[in-house]
Amino acid sequence: MSEEKADAPSATVLEAEEVSKRFAGVVALDGVSFALRPGEVHALVGENGAGKSTLIKVLTGVYQPDHGRILYRGDPVTFARPLDAQAAGISTIYQEVNLIPLLSVARNLFLGREPTNRLGLIDFRRMHRDARAVLERYGISVDVGRPLRELGLGVQQMVAIARAVSADHRVVFMDEPTSSLEPREVKRLFDVVDLLRRDGVAVVYVSHRLEEVFRLCDRVTVLRDGRLVHTGAVADISRLELVSRMLGRAVADVARARTRFNDRHTDKRSQAILRATDLTRRHVLDHVSVEARAGEVVGLAGLLGSGRSETAKAIYGAQALDGGTVEVQGSPLRLGSPRAALSAGLALIPEDRKAEGIIPSLSVRDNIVLAALPAMSRLGFVSERQQDAVVRPLIARLRIKASSPDQKVSELSGGNQQKVLLARVLCLEPRILILDDPTRGIDVGAKAEIQTLISELADQGMSMLLISSELEEVVEGSDAIVVLRDGAVVGRLGPEEVNQEAVMSLIASAGHQAEGPAPSGGTDAGANTHDGD
Amino acid sequence: MTATDLTAGRRPMARADVADWLAERGVYVGLLLLIAFNLAFTPRFADADNIRLQFVQVVPVAIIALGMALVIGTKGIDLSVGSVMAISSALLALFLGYGPVVAIVIALVGGAAVGLLNGVLISYFGIQPIVATLALLVGGRGLALVIAQGRLTEVFDPVLATIGSDRLVGIPIVVLIAVGVAVVVAVLVTRTTFGRYVVAIGGNADASFLAGVPLRRTLLSVYVLSGVLAALAGIVQTARLSASDPSFVGNLIELSAITAVVVGGTPLSGGRVRILGTLAGAMLMQLIGATLISHNLPDSATRMVQAAIILGAVFIQRQRTQA
Repeated sequence: MSEEKADAPSATVLEAEEVSKRFAGVVALDGVSFALRPGEVHALVGENGAGKSTLIKVLTGVYQPDHGRILYRGDPVTFARPLDAQAAGISTIYQEVNLIPLLSVARNLFLGREPTNRLGLIDFRRMHRDARAVLERYGISVDVGRPLRELGLGVQQMVAIARAVSADHRVVFMDEPTSSLEPREVKRLFDVVDLLRRDGVAVVYVSHRLEEVFRLCDRVTVLRDGRLVHTGAVADISRLELVSRMLGRAVADVARARTRFNDRHTDKRSQAILRATDLTRRHVLDHVSVEARAGEVVGLAGLLGSGRSETAKAIYGAQALDGGTVEVQGSPLRLGSPRAALSAGLALIPEDRKAEGIIPSLSVRDNIVLAALPAMSRLGFVSERQQDAVVRPLIARLRIKASSPDQKVSELSGGNQQKVLLARVLCLEPRILILDDPTRGIDVGAKAEIQTLISELADQGMSMLLISSELEEVVEGSDAIVVLRDGAVVGRLGPEEVNQEAVMSLIASAGHQAEGPAPSGGTDAGANTHDGD
Repeated sequence: MTATDLTAGRRPMARADVADWLAERGVYVGLLLLIAFNLAFTPRFADADNIRLQFVQVVPVAIIALGMALVIGTKGIDLSVGSVMAISSALLALFLGYGPVVAIVIALVGGAAVGLLNGVLISYFGIQPIVATLALLVGGRGLALVIAQGRLTEVFDPVLATIGSDRLVGIPIVVLIAVGVAVVVAVLVTRTTFGRYVVAIGGNADASFLAGVPLRRTLLSVYVLSGVLAALAGIVQTARLSASDPSFVGNLIELSAITAVVVGGTPLSGGRVRILGTLAGAMLMQLIGATLISHNLPDSATRMVQAAIILGAVFIQRQRTQA
């Protein structure tokens, strides 16, 4: 806080001025300005596709901005490559530790700049001594001769940080550094960040955990849809305000009348068609229970990293679990097998359309029928004509813009690819559909069509779990909402309680301790949150 | 048929189009050019005997390349095929005393077993295909030598002799076998759910898993099939040479088969299987060798030309994927 110096240039160490970046017509960053002061820990937050990683990449030389400029220590700079940024004193620590597991701790620490003796060989004695000295500063005492992979992830991360800042670095980017750490290791990481702050190093801290932002960071910048929506001192913003900025609603706007795209009456007395109980995975999910009745749309709300996608995948059998059960219409589902889920009438549209959804090298036809092949084949044989009998009506119904079923799916727009995935699950006629961010990154027209379709399907009695990085979409589309934070359910909202303000206050409610349903979670569904068994 | 250019949109680069075209049809163009060259400059090239010889010689590579095309379609690789040929050849010689049919069946089962082992290592233990099949490339050859007690065995059997050297309506039986295999594999790829699963897994394994594709079962089947086809190639080779020499048979054939597949337009990155292209690729490599030999260039030159062609084919595919 006391870094204000008389001369303007030294007030910021790294600055982005009105930076824009677009990829193939899609705006990833739109005139974003970002200033980093020496000795501050600056939180960078936002949902999927907000532009966080693009901003980091522009600042570290991975991408070149289309417009705007980068100032480093007061002077305009161009980092043509990541190496240039590193040489200038900017380092990045990624989520996955980028070290060499088989080499020793000391070797990793000094990789590429090993101390050498007169013969030009590595001076192991000096390297080990220096390595011990460096790590001691961070309160780590390990045998530096041991292979890195034998150490815990936390220590590995510490080594990565020590490596990044042991030269005279002025800026460190940390991308979700705590995502795979134990609580004890998190504390040590915080100590290290404090140490960096005292040394005058500027730290950019990307995290989805509000606790960490409020505990560790001095200032916070919020991005949404590639735009800067807020920047300021952490002390000047409330949790609720921060959540609403991330999810894109000013607190005052939230109270406005709800216009739900999904207005129906579900029969409260009807049996739960889907019942997931106590889904648990260390560090990922903590006794998460969700249920849905026929024709009911249940929203899974929470910030990125809250466990919403993991819950969806766990139910579908694509996320390893330590415990928990899933029942479909009263009969237990074999976990860990999407095939079993599909044959029980449970289908999923995954969050990451490119990585987990489409098969880019195949045609629209092949992509649509992929999951339905067993049903439409006879003794393993299936003809193009049989496939087209299914594919063509779906292309027409969903208005997929493809020149023919033979067109490669990778040639379609994002919205049409998403429709192809919808078609893939619709030809299975599932009873329960899990939609993970179904309208992410697609154009407005396709978005409205997909939302309408969700509503129609629910009217026809299909149950759904709906996840969205836009709170508005979850609130408008869902009959009931389960709110997650840090892998645990923090509250449930019934049909009469679903509104954006209630969801946001649950997400923002302080403390890990908030175990049971939050105050407003008084619905019948809320009853079995944590009732053990 | 009017053009359906409604959604085709603009292609980004002309260079990618050229690469696209070459990857699709380059192998046929190359083959035609080579044939034209030989017709013009190689004496007796168009003789029936020579044509038959070229077809007969390409059979083992072609059969193995068809299995390899499926494996590569799943983004995998099978380096063990040459050793499987050796095992199959050794088994054939060892069990010939029980009659040719029994011996052939045992040789095929041997190939299936090696394929199964490959498949289990890859799909259940998550070992990279190149590592798992490399292990069997080394170990399989050793096993073949153990079975044959390290010896060359002469194989005299009327049935095998018929398979190896007789003709049906002027076409050598081994060529008919290869054609039969090609038809079966083509039907598998284009007409069955198995074929769809193969290219789906190669195109995006994570997405395929989420879409309920039986990953393990499909991968297992692909490697078993590749093993069986390699064993078949071993039988054909043994029948044709009337001898089983497990230290020699199938040496380096994995490289010829991979080359045929890649030159034929099946990308090493998976997601696609081209049957006709693979056959043309095998024939192209065969004719290059024959052409160089008939023009008195040494075998070493053949290898260097092959290397250049592999690099060229991979380069074209890279241009294409970068588009």
